[in-house]
Amino acid sequence: MSKAKNIYARPLDLKHGRVNMTHGSGGRASAQLIETVFSAAFDNEYLRQGNDGAVLPLPPANSRLVMSTDAHVVSPLFFPGGDIGSLSVHGTVNDVAMLGARPLWLSASFILEEGFALSDLLRIVNSMAQAAKVAGVAIVTGDTKVVERGKGDGVYISTTGVGYVQGTIAPSGNRALAGDVILLSGTIGDHGMAIMSQREDLQFESAIESDSAALHELVATMLATGADIHVLRDPTRGGLATTLNEIARQSGVGIVLNEDAIPVHPQVAAACEFLGLDPLYIANEGKLIAICAATDAEKLLNAMRAHPLAQFSALIGNVIADDACFVQMKTKLGGRRMVDWLNGDQLPRIC
Amino acid sequence: MKYVDEFRDGALAQNLATSILKEAQPNLTYRLMEFCGGHTHALSRYGLLGMLPANVQMIHGPGCPVCVLPIGRVDLAIRLALEHDVILCSYGDCLRVPASNQMSLLKAKALGGDVRMVYSALDALKIATNHPTRQVVFFAIGFETTTPPTASIIRQAKAAGLKNFSVLCNHVLTLPAMEAILTQPGGFPLQGLVGPAHVSTVIGSKPHQSITTRFQMPIVISGFEPLDLLQGILMLLRQVNEGRAEVENEFTRAVTPTGNLKAQALVDEVFEVRESFEWRGLGSLPASGLKIRAAYAEFDAELRYPDLIYANVPDHKACECGAILRGEKRPQDCKIFGTICTPDNPIGSCMVSSEGACAAHYTYGRFSESGTAKINVSGLSRLHE
Repeated sequence: MSKAKNIYARPLDLKHGRVNMTHGSGGRASAQLIETVFSAAFDNEYLRQGNDGAVLPLPPANSRLVMSTDAHVVSPLFFPGGDIGSLSVHGTVNDVAMLGARPLWLSASFILEEGFALSDLLRIVNSMAQAAKVAGVAIVTGDTKVVERGKGDGVYISTTGVGYVQGTIAPSGNRALAGDVILLSGTIGDHGMAIMSQREDLQFESAIESDSAALHELVATMLATGADIHVLRDPTRGGLATTLNEIARQSGVGIVLNEDAIPVHPQVAAACEFLGLDPLYIANEGKLIAICAATDAEKLLNAMRAHPLAQFSALIGNVIADDACFVQMKTKLGGRRMVDWLNGDQLPRIC
Repeated sequence: MKYVDEFRDGALAQNLATSILKEAQPNLTYRLMEFCGGHTHALSRYGLLGMLPANVQMIHGPGCPVCVLPIGRVDLAIRLALEHDVILCSYGDCLRVPASNQMSLLKAKALGGDVRMVYSALDALKIATNHPTRQVVFFAIGFETTTPPTASIIRQAKAAGLKNFSVLCNHVLTLPAMEAILTQPGGFPLQGLVGPAHVSTVIGSKPHQSITTRFQMPIVISGFEPLDLLQGILMLLRQVNEGRAEVENEFTRAVTPTGNLKAQALVDEVFEVRESFEWRGLGSLPASGLKIRAAYAEFDAELRYPDLIYANVPDHKACECGAILRGEKRPQDCKIFGTICTPDNPIGSCMVSSEGACAAHYTYGRFSESGTAKINVSGLSRLHE
């Protein structure tokens, strides 16, 4: 590496420098950016091979490969509790984990906008490296492209994750059965409201932090209880309501929620109140839903509550037989209503 | 949450539901109209409709600002965005209102129109200040609640000497709409009205007396919180049972007899009553809308862009929004409800705003027509918490 650095006339100015079109051209400037920023932060045996892809070992016998991909376009790029870098790791790690798998490797593609500050890029990449390290996954291959100023929004990151799932474990959105119960790993809406609180046109003061976190260790803990987990899902975009509607349709069942049991951080509830939003539809990045047989519920809930990422886990509802696949909710007030799919963007009411 | 949880208390709600059940005489049917979309939304969102006895029926009224906006007015806004290259600012719900030729402001945005969603009228003014080289138009809609903020920004724009800001005014008045409902030909029996909440904070409770006197119609002004609504319904039943027709105020923590005099003065300074204004579902109603006064004419988008001429556009043939807004039909009575017309692809305006009767029923109430609505939730398995 030290010899290779000599081919560059001068080091990259990571303090005041900005991305320019040559950083994506595939020439010397691209190589310098990759070496100085990406390889340095993500360093691992696969990246060190210096190839355009990674050669990976086979998973253990009696296991199956799992793969998932996710694009990240969050705005603002930095928000309380995380940034686009850590989010791009957690998002994909969680998608792999929700299939009952242990995520091992990630790929990462960056689309950078001309003029983007290298200091911000470095901050994002370091955050990504840190998140990957904590999660125990390696970023083994990647790509960088640059688009003209005005054609992007700073940086977009797309990550793909590969892991493996052992034995007969097979949580799936189509396995919810009438009689099952629904467990939720904690408060809802934290991520979405943390982002909203930072939006340029909507800044409000709050201590709400994104819940962005890698959930595969929690999943491993849950699977270790031996509970037959029928469905695992992380309620990201569209929130809890949309995720449950997806599951109800996939499984051909109905769902009845108990509003009283759904944990919502008081600050999130308050922010939703004055913006006219419903926490059921606000995105989460560090929560999961587990659906299992009622007989396994207590065991699973206890294991979840013992994990630092799921202390406020709760049993929030039941799966019922319903050909219409409706998600209903018993309201705090004692009434009943439907909980529908997210419709368009959440728009505030005006009076 | 302080000042909110108090009005959403489940135990108190059950008490009120029991009182309503006791008050409702089994041999009578009570048809009550909640005027405001905010009430419609709350009835559905908190599941209140299922807590009422079958002979207490809530008819959803026309007090949803987005729902009563006629197609022709949205067409004007779309033309401003696409043909006049302005920055068109609008409240969120307006963006998806269906207009002519299957257009909407959201679709105009996708075609390159600079359409921006704002959370307050003040944001529109800020955009104008920050973009001095662009013309900025605020698409102002709403009843008396949202009118004072619009008046305020027009006055501020004048004080600041802004040359690039104007307002396309669609503000409407509550009482003419109430009258129209109660005088419509072939009208229908209505035993009471849940009077508007936020509108009444501005206009006060007193003006509603003209309605009770003229139509012998009980009115209870109620807040938007679920306990407010249940209490308001109970008060209406009592009025009906006792043969009274009065204006009663349940929302005393916010509504006074005379309302917000400062806001009224501000509105009066900037706006005057239009000769007539078209409402979706109710047709052209005399003296039911506001326009900008001559003293502020430079901020009137309809004068600044003289080619903007309003044209009446009939609703989609199968759409029953009109009858629903008049309280004649329920959303589920419409043939295209939930099939062709859904919140994702609204044909009529009542399917757009969460305050619209159709959207509220689609989003929150549809299950009540299926068999699973009878399943007792508390009987399902629960763990020790």
